[in-house]
Amino acid sequence: MKARPYPGWITRLFIFAMTALAATGMMQMPLAKRYFISEIPGLSWTADFFIVHKLHYIFAILLLFVVALVVVHWLRDWRKQLALSTLGRTRVIILGGLIISGCLRVFRNLPNVTLNPDIVVTIEWVHLALTMVMGGVALAALIRKQSAYARKP
Amino acid sequence: MTKKNRKVGVSRRGFLKTLGVGGAGMLIPSGALAAQERVPQPSDGELATLLDLSKCIGCGECVSACRESNAAKFPEPKKPFPEMIPASRAKPEDWSDKRDLDGRLTPYNWLFLQNVEVVYKGEEYDINIPRRCMHCQNPPCANMCPFGAANKHENGITRIYDELCMGGAKCRNVCPWHIPQRQSGVGLYLDLMPSLAGNGVMYKCDRCYQLLDKGELPACISVCPEDVQTIGPRHEIVAQAKALANKMNGFIYGLEENGGTNTIYVSPVPFDLLNKAVDKGKGKPHMKQVADVMADETNLATATLIAPVAGIAAGFLGLGAKLMKIAGSSGESKGDSDES
Repeated sequence: MKARPYPGWITRLFIFAMTALAATGMMQMPLAKRYFISEIPGLSWTADFFIVHKLHYIFAILLLFVVALVVVHWLRDWRKQLALSTLGRTRVIILGGLIISGCLRVFRNLPNVTLNPDIVVTIEWVHLALTMVMGGVALAALIRKQSAYARKP
Repeated sequence: MTKKNRKVGVSRRGFLKTLGVGGAGMLIPSGALAAQERVPQPSDGELATLLDLSKCIGCGECVSACRESNAAKFPEPKKPFPEMIPASRAKPEDWSDKRDLDGRLTPYNWLFLQNVEVVYKGEEYDINIPRRCMHCQNPPCANMCPFGAANKHENGITRIYDELCMGGAKCRNVCPWHIPQRQSGVGLYLDLMPSLAGNGVMYKCDRCYQLLDKGELPACISVCPEDVQTIGPRHEIVAQAKALANKMNGFIYGLEENGGTNTIYVSPVPFDLLNKAVDKGKGKPHMKQVADVMADETNLATATLIAPVAGIAAGFLGLGAKLMKIAGSSGESKGDSDES
């Protein structure tokens, strides 16, 4: 985190939102009860699909706020002072895909919206696949000590 | 239908027979005849069914027809089932040896009849209720399936795709009526990590999509000797249901339940009475009032639109805009005072 030139609270908010989204995203699958996660004190809510689903929305809202804030700063000022690393650029692209597919999921869940089932399946699996790819790339960045998306050149 | 109060009426089929044209009519398969009269078109959009409970005599023709029409879709599980981990939590569900069971919903029985005897306004009623998937307008089973295995179609059908379903039974959990039923030993999970993830495939009424696609009626509708069910564009069915309820001074179920369903029951007695009397339990759905389980998500969806706008506004207001000076870098800005 010391290597990040942008404000620490933005970094922390972003990491929190992403971690919480990964956790609540995983819990969209029926794992919590089967693997006793909901038995852990304080985690009984993980077995409630509706709570986990709503939390996923709330963390997505937080992420959208942070990303929009950073995009504005990037376009207005930061791009003149910072450069995206290769792993940073990769994660930005994956994040873009996750946000687009996630927003399409939210759209799909609205009343009076019926998308073609093939499109729905594509959205679901793209979202799921990108999550796993993001996890892998984030781990690689952490191991290589390149977790900052951008640095001052 | 009411036991002591059964109204004298003439069904469509009975009317034709009375006129002496029944002989000609019988040359045409009954389903085809009904289909000619009432089959909806693709342009009709979202379709709904109306079930007039005052007509149902509980003959069970619809249950048999449902099984026959959907037999090719029924699971043929591989046995023995894979060893599940952890065994105490992941237990296989097997209905393959109970295929004839028709007193509840199973993977081999997507429609069953509930029978209740109730007294309303001093009169005794014997009501038969065909139960199957309600085909919600905004189905949580489809919205919350993590693999896209359940989907709502433009014609109002919610289908579970057996090729994609992992059998986690989340759809059954989030369904207000717990309709989908699981059969272990079939499906995609067998080819992935059968011991660790998944547990079969979920099955439920798909409103005989294969017949609707051919321009025919779902089997339970076409076979009914009492014309209990009617299918059509939702707005027309809703209007018919309201008119029917008004005519019989009756009650409607499914119009508002879970934000609206495409299965609308009309009964001469209140549904809270039916719900109290009906045999409830696993595979035997209730008939109580159901709030829209996706309502919070619908509200939160608005916030997902507001969040980026708020982020953009905060960005233009300069929140967190200052970059920090990093040791060894050429950056000139100092740390943001907002940093905690």
